[in-house]
Amino acid sequence: MLLIQQLLNGVMLGSVYVTVAVAFTLTIGVLNFLNFTIPTLFMLAGMIGWALAYWGLPFGLSGPLSWPMALFFGVVVSILASLVVERFTFRYLKTKYGDSTEHAIPLVSSLGFLLVLENLVRIGYGTDAQRFPGPSHDLTMNIGGIFVRIPQLVSLFLVVLIVVGLTWLLKRSRIGRGLRAIAENPDAANILGVDTRRVVPIVFMLTGLLCGLAGALFAVNYGEVSPQMGEDIGTKAIAGMVVGGLGSIWGAVLGGLIVGLIEMLTIHFFGADTVQVAVWGLLLLTLFVRPQGLFGHNSIGKGKL
Amino acid sequence: MSGYWAGILTILAINIIFAYGIFLPVATGQLNLGGAGFQAIGAYGAAFLSASFALPVPVTIGVGMLVAGITGYLIAFPLLRTRGVYLVLATFAFAEVVAGLILNSDTFGGAMGLSVPAFIDWHVAVIAAAVVTVFVFYLMSTRFGLTMRAAHDDEVVTDLMGVNVRGVQVAGFAIGGALAGLAGGLYAHSFNFVEIQSFNALVSIYVLLYVLLGGTQTAWGPLAGATFFTLLPEALRTVLPALKSSIYWFAGVEGPVAAPDDSWRFVILGALTIAMMVLRPEGLITRTLVERISFRRSNTDKGALA
Repeated sequence: MLLIQQLLNGVMLGSVYVTVAVAFTLTIGVLNFLNFTIPTLFMLAGMIGWALAYWGLPFGLSGPLSWPMALFFGVVVSILASLVVERFTFRYLKTKYGDSTEHAIPLVSSLGFLLVLENLVRIGYGTDAQRFPGPSHDLTMNIGGIFVRIPQLVSLFLVVLIVVGLTWLLKRSRIGRGLRAIAENPDAANILGVDTRRVVPIVFMLTGLLCGLAGALFAVNYGEVSPQMGEDIGTKAIAGMVVGGLGSIWGAVLGGLIVGLIEMLTIHFFGADTVQVAVWGLLLLTLFVRPQGLFGHNSIGKGKL
Repeated sequence: MSGYWAGILTILAINIIFAYGIFLPVATGQLNLGGAGFQAIGAYGAAFLSASFALPVPVTIGVGMLVAGITGYLIAFPLLRTRGVYLVLATFAFAEVVAGLILNSDTFGGAMGLSVPAFIDWHVAVIAAAVVTVFVFYLMSTRFGLTMRAAHDDEVVTDLMGVNVRGVQVAGFAIGGALAGLAGGLYAHSFNFVEIQSFNALVSIYVLLYVLLGGTQTAWGPLAGATFFTLLPEALRTVLPALKSSIYWFAGVEGPVAAPDDSWRFVILGALTIAMMVLRPEGLITRTLVERISFRRSNTDKGALA
């Protein structure tokens, strides 16, 4: 029974990883860019949401149910931050004199943004973990000895909805066609009339939206936010993405769930300290044995970033 | 010399050696985001030998360095099967696995850390940093250094010219790993305590940023990057409070001013990173700049060598 409970917890935790992993895989799949600001965007939504719920919303918006509104603003802030990141990382790709580490420029700038945003939040709100107010009632269901929290069920449903919606967007819509064309070959896409400067920010808005939602769901489900909350989730989402295969959305979904399950099962059988070894060992193994992951294409990330 | 300056010099020396350890793989065109892993191996190797067998310091540091170098050599083969973003992720994962293994091992004290009995003075670290600097400058001036630069600039052409690119890159990881291990060993003996939390992912990020901001084309880059970013926090420690109180004075705020948050220095490091990538992505010190300063190139013959 305990094991079933742990498996369920694994899926619930995995759904947070899935959302962040999809954000990672989207920027890598379309832009060939490993965006290290993603964990910070995740944290930003949670921390801004907490701060607004704690100190009250501006414009007299705080009603009796102020926390959903606060989280909504948190998500908005993380989308805006993501657009700022686009402006300063991805638009600058070229070195004056050729250089084989040229492809790493956006990656390095995103590391810079990681430091800036995370430390600004630390300065503003302190380094301590904070309790997120969340729903006031204890919304736990007991189904035959298995405990299910309703917010977690809702977020699982939301995650499925997001992934399906995103798949539809990429496969069927005009924007999606543009994105897939850029993923295939940016220069050719440009020649064929895809306005790269308009389409690329959409990727970053989606990234901000996904991370913001994941951060908001995390704050509600686990009731705790801190400036460090993105580091652990972000690195595990990277692991999930790699296991599933870079650039594949359904791969990221499966990989995120696998990482969540492995984490819970290792805690169950070996204790909390071995999680890191299990998750990262799995990642190293995947990279060495099957670098394309479960669903990934061979082409992505092969040459340049 | 006061304890304060001795401490700063020690950290500076360790950071310079560490930066050179990451510079060597990067100089062959391979980003290494697993620096903390190599440093942890060197530090824990030295700490373990010193604490358990009371071996003399040169032996403990030497063995730690050797183990880190061999690890770099062995891990380079699977690592170099991966490219681009996969390589960055794999090195990152390597550091996490090393940290996780140490955290779970009772021999190395787990989460408690290890205390190191033997202490070394700041002279040792500084002399080691000087020797490493000279060594890397020498290395970059040899034929081997030339092949490293060539592999950094264009791997395919270098391969076509008959250079064993893979061998060069493996050597970069091995020597780099040994240098990072040396930095770790010096750290262990200078601060007499190691715990795995000091070798986290952020450390790997910082040291890679030192190298990339300093510039990866010449051996001057890591020296400049590590020096600047180690001394910057110390400079800010005095400048920031003064700046804050003068702003308060202008704004007409009375009374004592609290010291600004320590996190500002990381905000500045991050902001400088972003600005550098926009304005001068090759890093602060480039080959052209060095040639100009040493009068080997005049301002007029632009493009002759570039």
